[in-house]
Amino acid sequence: MQIYLPIAEMSVNVFVILGLGGGVGFMSGLFGVGGGFLMTPLLIFLGVPPTVAVGTEANQIVASSVSGVLAHWRRGNVDVKMGLILTLGGFIGSTLGVYLFRWLRGLGQIDLVISLCYIVFLGIVGSLMLVESIQALLASRRNGGTVPVRKKHQHSWMHGLPFKMRFRRSQLYISAVVPAVIGLFVGILAALMGVGGGFIMVPAMIYLLGMPTSVVVGTSLFQIIFVTANATFLQSTMNHTVDVVLALLLLLGGVVGAQVGARFGIKLKGEQLRSLLALMVLGVCLKLLFDMVTVPGELFAAGTGGKH
Amino acid sequence: MKRLLLALALLLAPAAAARAAEPLVADLSKHLVAITTGFAGTDVLLFGAIEEVDGGKTGDVVVVVRGPNKTETLRRKDRAMGIWINSGIAKVDNAPSFYQVASTRPLDQLASPAILGRHQIGLDHLDLDIRVKDGGADQAQYRQALLRLNQKKGLYGDRALDIGMLSQRLFRTDVHFPANVPVGVYMVEVYLMVDGQVISAQTTPLVVSKIGIGADVYDFAHHQAAIYGIIAIALAAFAGWLAAVVFKKA
Repeated sequence: MQIYLPIAEMSVNVFVILGLGGGVGFMSGLFGVGGGFLMTPLLIFLGVPPTVAVGTEANQIVASSVSGVLAHWRRGNVDVKMGLILTLGGFIGSTLGVYLFRWLRGLGQIDLVISLCYIVFLGIVGSLMLVESIQALLASRRNGGTVPVRKKHQHSWMHGLPFKMRFRRSQLYISAVVPAVIGLFVGILAALMGVGGGFIMVPAMIYLLGMPTSVVVGTSLFQIIFVTANATFLQSTMNHTVDVVLALLLLLGGVVGAQVGARFGIKLKGEQLRSLLALMVLGVCLKLLFDMVTVPGELFAAGTGGKH
Repeated sequence: MKRLLLALALLLAPAAAARAAEPLVADLSKHLVAITTGFAGTDVLLFGAIEEVDGGKTGDVVVVVRGPNKTETLRRKDRAMGIWINSGIAKVDNAPSFYQVASTRPLDQLASPAILGRHQIGLDHLDLDIRVKDGGADQAQYRQALLRLNQKKGLYGDRALDIGMLSQRLFRTDVHFPANVPVGVYMVEVYLMVDGQVISAQTTPLVVSKIGIGADVYDFAHHQAAIYGIIAIALAAFAGWLAAVVFKKA
């Protein structure tokens, strides 16, 4: 069954889009990630214009993070104060990101920047995660199931910064500048890449801020809601690239897939999940890298707008 | 614009088209291609009749379907530091957004390049104003690229022998509009050619327009962008909340 997407201005098979939403939703439920880093490249691969893919994916992530944050909220795993500081930075960052997006689109280099961002960040995060999870897997085998506890509250240059604040849920007393800057940086990337940014936010919260793992996912989801909502709003008003019909189809498949995935996820061990996720992240990264270095089948591309 | 006025004048004068003495009459099965929610491309039937001219000679029919002109930007990738990046650009100011030709015989057998060029019949005879800003490729390469890319999308084409003739007098052809067809007022030109000359020509407008919910969503997104954005966010937030509630109970 074909359906015409009013903003993307193309006709797609409803079941392909539902299946895509379901498949990526399954992954996100299984691994506890947003899935934007998979969905945006897949949409572009299907022929959706990259600008529409990025804008629409921001809209869909609003839905999946609202759905995800509620479960964490009930268990009290959201540090609202930390979330708000991250959101403040994220708002500024995503606004800058959308302006940057528009500027790069005018230059005709937006596709390149999107691809490079994906390759660099997926490469870094994927490799780190793979190394860490393999070490954890080996350690758990050696120690008969126990994983060594990481040392927390290391003192560093960050503790010398002003605007210190107490974050009760995270059991931290740190400068508000650090989370605000992290939020800003992730906000820019989220707007440029059409992702929530959880895959950068979560490691940053654990390793840079030293937040306890229990509140990390809930707080990151909390912040992602507002950052992607801001990106959705700006992409709709400035670039007209949010397709609600596509977003609704994707999230319909996505929520069902996420629930199924979450149920499968319980059966797997944390380290196993992380190493699988790392392999998938690296897979996407290598595919994009491969496309950039091999000779393209078509050297020319058409697009409207842009400076001469 | 001149073309449009001419077409409207022809449309508003049905007596002229119906007169039996006309060497060429043609019409479309429909004058509106409606892009609805379920739109996946469509065919429009063009049919008509030709009269014998000058002592029993029968002519050939050429059909040209032209979409509204637009500015196309083409970019060319080149290798830099090991990766392929956009490094050249060209702008085409008067590229038709849609261009299909059908004919009873291959175009080069029908008329001289001068005649074909005058009426812009055939991809090779399209008059394109290409401004190139690229050290590595010339106008001809960009021209070929534009034609190739649009042919791949099903928007351009010139197919000979795609017009069916019945008893030397009646002709018919299907014009295919793919799902990605641009909106606007199209011109359907039908030419009757004898001995390398255009004997008669007729132009009919065809409107391609978005209709229904899809059109409303598009208009709303462009004219009420802020409200559209807020609704998009609210819809997503509600759907997310609904999913969380439903699956908690299940």
